[in-house]
Amino acid sequence: MELNQIYTEILTEHNKSNRNKHHIENPTVTLKGVNPSCGDEITLELREKDGVIEDAGFTGIGCAISQASASIMIDLIKGKTTEEALKLAKTFFGMIKNEITDERELEVLDEAIALRDISHMPARVKCAVLGWHTLENAITGEKES
Amino acid sequence: MNGHRLVYLDNAATSQRPLPVLHAVEEFYRTQNANPHRGLYGLSVEATQRYEDARHTVAEFIGAEKDCEVIFTRNASESLNLVAYSYGLTFVKEGDEIILPVSEHHSNLVPWQMVARAKGAKLVYLYPDETGKLSDEDIEEKITSKTKIVALAHVSNVLGTVYPVKKIAEKAHSVGAVVVLDCAQSIPHMPVNVQKLGADFMAFSGHKMMAPMGIGVLYGREEILNNMPPFLSGGEMIEYVHEQDATFAPLPQKFEAGTQNVGGAVGLEAAIKYLQSVGYERIQKTEQELLNYALDGMAKIPHLTVHGGTDNRKNRCGVISFNVDDVHPHDVASILDMNGVAIRAGHHCAQPLMEYLKVNATCRASLYFYNTKEDIDIFLDSLKKVRGWLGLGA
Repeated sequence: MELNQIYTEILTEHNKSNRNKHHIENPTVTLKGVNPSCGDEITLELREKDGVIEDAGFTGIGCAISQASASIMIDLIKGKTTEEALKLAKTFFGMIKNEITDERELEVLDEAIALRDISHMPARVKCAVLGWHTLENAITGEKES
Repeated sequence: MNGHRLVYLDNAATSQRPLPVLHAVEEFYRTQNANPHRGLYGLSVEATQRYEDARHTVAEFIGAEKDCEVIFTRNASESLNLVAYSYGLTFVKEGDEIILPVSEHHSNLVPWQMVARAKGAKLVYLYPDETGKLSDEDIEEKITSKTKIVALAHVSNVLGTVYPVKKIAEKAHSVGAVVVLDCAQSIPHMPVNVQKLGADFMAFSGHKMMAPMGIGVLYGREEILNNMPPFLSGGEMIEYVHEQDATFAPLPQKFEAGTQNVGGAVGLEAAIKYLQSVGYERIQKTEQELLNYALDGMAKIPHLTVHGGTDNRKNRCGVISFNVDDVHPHDVASILDMNGVAIRAGHHCAQPLMEYLKVNATCRASLYFYNTKEDIDIFLDSLKKVRGWLGLGA
């Protein structure tokens, strides 16, 4: 597998743009996600209103894959209901674990499909799912604050 | 790897094994396999002999006074846990202090946290300077009459620094403390003599010095080991067992419950003989040349921070921790892996040191004598290209 399938322009662009890497105003949920094996840390902030994610952002430090994956995720979940966001997370996990391979099913993941080949890099799977796991915990209530 | 020749630079994590080691293990299982110390038949006696011969080889190799001071374990972590649970929990008292460098591997740090918590003792850290050296003032100031245990690595698994163990041990002994030495990172690369270094306990793993995984050693001074309660109990470590009580076997069986990893011990003996046939002098010369070559090359690469610096070559093993500006170590490792270069990236089981260095993680390239200049060339060449992969300026 070629690395350029992973470090695509989307990843590097997301990683460098910092478009979604910031605090948001009046978050209703703030949750930290940690990869103990490497020290990647992100803090996810969501503002929910009537079951809809009005705004989202993240801060923290980590590798290109964890940062870009979190950033792409934020693009995807803004304006979605929490149920839709959870479904996206499940689809993303399914793609990374190679359990969902149907292109039509994966379409909803849009740019996040670029991370599909991470499934061939077992050492990096944790990086790709860090943001999404944090989102899942934030929505389902395993909240720190 | 990935269509490239493997450049293995993760020797501090585990080494590769030479054929004589693999053959020795296979030979044991093919021709001498039986449960040692138990059977009354010829094959068991032979297996026992092989196991005890391996112990004798280890004892001579590390300069132990007696074979019974060598306890076989699974690895250095288990050895250090044995000391913490059996010695630490028995002899450390409230208000005592345990001294250790902040650079310690978790296996020589977390067990002491457990002891300190359980007994109301305090951990006191020694802090290395920017070149990785421990200062004499720090050592003098912190090792006091309150000190019960001084636990330290002979060589740092992150910085490659060779610590002045002998000097620290002398200071520790002058205040009546015991010295627990972690030689996992030193013994593959340099001679270790427990008596010359002044170790009361010494731990190492076989797998970092070309032996199979799953065999390690704890050396302990006989009089101290005799005063310690068993760590694990069960078969083979007893003398008499009645319904309500038991008495324990003498050393070393007291600390070797259950069927032991005899194949591993045989493999460790073969690895020791292999190391001796190459000779530490040659190993150190080769590694120093490779280290100099790698550090010279790294000094010329922009946007690179080498922890401990590139000029500091003395008292340093072939372990180089570094960070590439703006690139997370995991990305560096993945990018190098695409060229077949295997390095470690992460906190290297030394998170307090990461906090002290103010980094989340580092990359680590670690050498062994079988590496070549060509390996280093490929490593350096791959390193130069890392930032480009992520669209950053070279």
